[in-house]
Amino acid sequence: MSWLNVAAISLFYGRIQALEDLSFTIEQGEVVALLGNNGAGKSTTLNLISGLVRPSSGTLTWEGRDLTKIAPHHLVAQGIVQVPEGRRIFSTMTVHENLQLGGYRVKEAAVIAERIALAYELMPRLHDRRDQQGGTLSGGEQQMLAIGRALVSGPKLLLLDEPSMGLAPLMVNQVMQLISAVKEQGTTVLVVEQNAKAALRIADRAYVLENGTVSLSGPASQLVTDSRVVEAYLGG
Amino acid sequence: MSLTIPAREPDGVLVPPNRHTAPPAPPFSWRSDRAGLSVLGVGVFVAVLLVPFISASPYLISILTSAMIYVMLALGLNVVVGYAGLLDLGYIAFFAVGAYTSGILTTKFGFTMVAAIPVTIAACILAGIVIGGPTLRLRSDYLAIVTLGFGEIIRITANNLDITGGPSGIHGIPTWAFFGWDFSKGLSIGGVFFNSKIVFYYFVAVVVVVLGVIGISRLSRGKMGRAWKAVRDDEDAAEAMGINTYFTKITAYIIGAVWAGLAGQLMAAHLSAISPNSFQFLYSALILMAVVLGGMGSTPGVIIGALFVSLAPEFLREFSDWRYLLFGVLLVVTMIFRPKGIWPATSAFPWSRDKRLGTGPKPVEQGLDPRDVADLEAAEDGAGRRDHHDH
Repeated sequence: MSWLNVAAISLFYGRIQALEDLSFTIEQGEVVALLGNNGAGKSTTLNLISGLVRPSSGTLTWEGRDLTKIAPHHLVAQGIVQVPEGRRIFSTMTVHENLQLGGYRVKEAAVIAERIALAYELMPRLHDRRDQQGGTLSGGEQQMLAIGRALVSGPKLLLLDEPSMGLAPLMVNQVMQLISAVKEQGTTVLVVEQNAKAALRIADRAYVLENGTVSLSGPASQLVTDSRVVEAYLGG
Repeated sequence: MSLTIPAREPDGVLVPPNRHTAPPAPPFSWRSDRAGLSVLGVGVFVAVLLVPFISASPYLISILTSAMIYVMLALGLNVVVGYAGLLDLGYIAFFAVGAYTSGILTTKFGFTMVAAIPVTIAACILAGIVIGGPTLRLRSDYLAIVTLGFGEIIRITANNLDITGGPSGIHGIPTWAFFGWDFSKGLSIGGVFFNSKIVFYYFVAVVVVVLGVIGISRLSRGKMGRAWKAVRDDEDAAEAMGINTYFTKITAYIIGAVWAGLAGQLMAAHLSAISPNSFQFLYSALILMAVVLGGMGSTPGVIIGALFVSLAPEFLREFSDWRYLLFGVLLVVTMIFRPKGIWPATSAFPWSRDKRLGTGPKPVEQGLDPRDVADLEAAEDGAGRRDHHDH
C-alpha cells in the first residue's frame, strides 16, 4: 500500500466527466509532477486530494485513511495543504500576517514562529517586505509567499497548482529551486505544471494526464527523453 | 539543452540561512505609530469626558449621546463589513432587537435594565444565527439582499405586534439603577452636582464606546481578526489554509449583532421610548455610510464617520431646509477626495503615507543579469507560453 493511493477514481462536474478511472500513487518524500494540457484534469486531481471536490467512484487513501470522508479544513491540520492556482495570497494583509495565517491550524505559537523564521530563511526577499501588503508584491514574490504560507502550516504533503504560471523564466527557476528546498525539508510535493520542462527538472517521478486519466508515467529522468513527452510537452 | 538544476544559485531566493542578515531598522517604525495613536486616543477620551463639565446643556449632551450610539453601531458594523467583508444592509435590525428586548423585559416583565443585558445578548445571538446561519453559506450579494429584507421584517413585525406596542411603540422604559440608586436621582461628584440623567447616559455611552474600541481592535489584531481579513481577501485561499470560513463569518456576524443590540438597549434607556420609526432602512444606510466614509476596517476612521453622519445634520441646522442637500454634497465631495475614507485602514494617520507600500525595497522583478541569460534561454521554450503576463 502506497503512502497516497488514488485508485480508479471517476469524477463528474454535472454531466461532464473530469476524471475517468484515474489511478496513481505517491510515496513519502518524493516530488511528483502531474503534467498535461488544459482540461486534462490536473487541477481537479489536486482539488480531489485536498477535499474540495468529491469523486463519484473509486478510492482515495492517505496513510491508510479514507480522504473522501474528511472536511478540507481538517485536512490542513492533518498535513495536506494546497497552494491554489494563481497565487491566491491575502492581498490587503501584510506579508507577515499572510505567513501567520499559514499557522492558523497550528496550536503552539513557538512552532509557528520557528516555521515563519524558516520561510524567511528560504526566501529572504519576503523578510525584506514583511510589513508590506501582499498585493503589492511582484508575481514571483507572491508565488513564494503562497508557498511560504503553506509551509508554515507544516504540511506532510504539499499540493502546488501551477506554481510557474505567469512568471518570468528566471522566477520560474527560483520557484522550482524553492520546491527542491521544500523536499529537502522532508515534505512530499505533488506539483501540477504545464511547464513540463521546469517540472521534470525537479520531480522524481511524473504522471502525464490526458482526458482525465493517466496516459504516461515514470521517473522524471526517463520521461524527459521519452519521445512522446518531448513531442507533446517539451516542444520537440 | 540542459535539464539539470543549475549548480550556481541565482542571487535572491535560496541562500544559505547564515548568509541572510536582517535589513536595517526602518526610520518609520510601526511601534511609534501605535504609541502615537494611543496617546491621541487617551487625549480624545479625556476631552470627551470633560465636555459635561464645560457645558451640560441637555441639547448638547443629548446629541452627543446619540452620536456615541452611532459610533457603537459603526464599530459593530465595521467588524461585519470592514473586517469580514460581509455586506449587511439591515444592520439596524439588531439594534431594534436589542431595544425591543430590553424595552419589553423592563416594562412588561419587571426586569431591571442591568438584568436585561444578558437576555438582550442572548436574543441578538439568536437573531444572528437565525439570519446568518443559512445566508452566510452563500456569497455576499445574497447576504446583502437577505439582510435588507430582515431589517424590514423586524420593523414591520414590531409595527404589528401587541407586545411591541404597535406603531406607537413602548413608553416609560425605566432608567438604569444600581443598588437602589438610579440615574434620575442625580449624584454629587467632587462638589459638582449632576442632576440630569442625560449626563449619566453620556458617561455610560462614552465608557462603552471606549471598551468597544479596545475590545474590537484587540480582536482584529488577533488570530480571529486575521481570519476575518483572510476570508474577506480570498475565501477559497482561506479555506485552503484550514480556516473554517463559515464559522469565521458567523462569529463576525454575531459579534456585530450583539454589539448593535447593546447599543439598542442603551438607546431605549436613554430615550425611555422606542417606536418602529426609529428602525427604518435609512438608519442601516446611514451607519453603512459612516463606515464607508470613515474608512472600512479602520477604527478611528469609522468613529469619525459616525460622528460626521450623526452630528453634521445638527451643525447644519441653521441652513434649515437646505441642510440635507448640503449633507449630501459634503458626502460626495468627501468620497471624491478621500475615496478610501477619511482615515483609511491602510494609513497610520489620515495625513501619513500609505503603509501598503511598506518600508522594504521597491517591488521589482529581479533585473536581467548577463550571467543569467543562458538560464533564461534554456527556460524560455518551456515557459514561453505565458512569459509576458508577469510584468
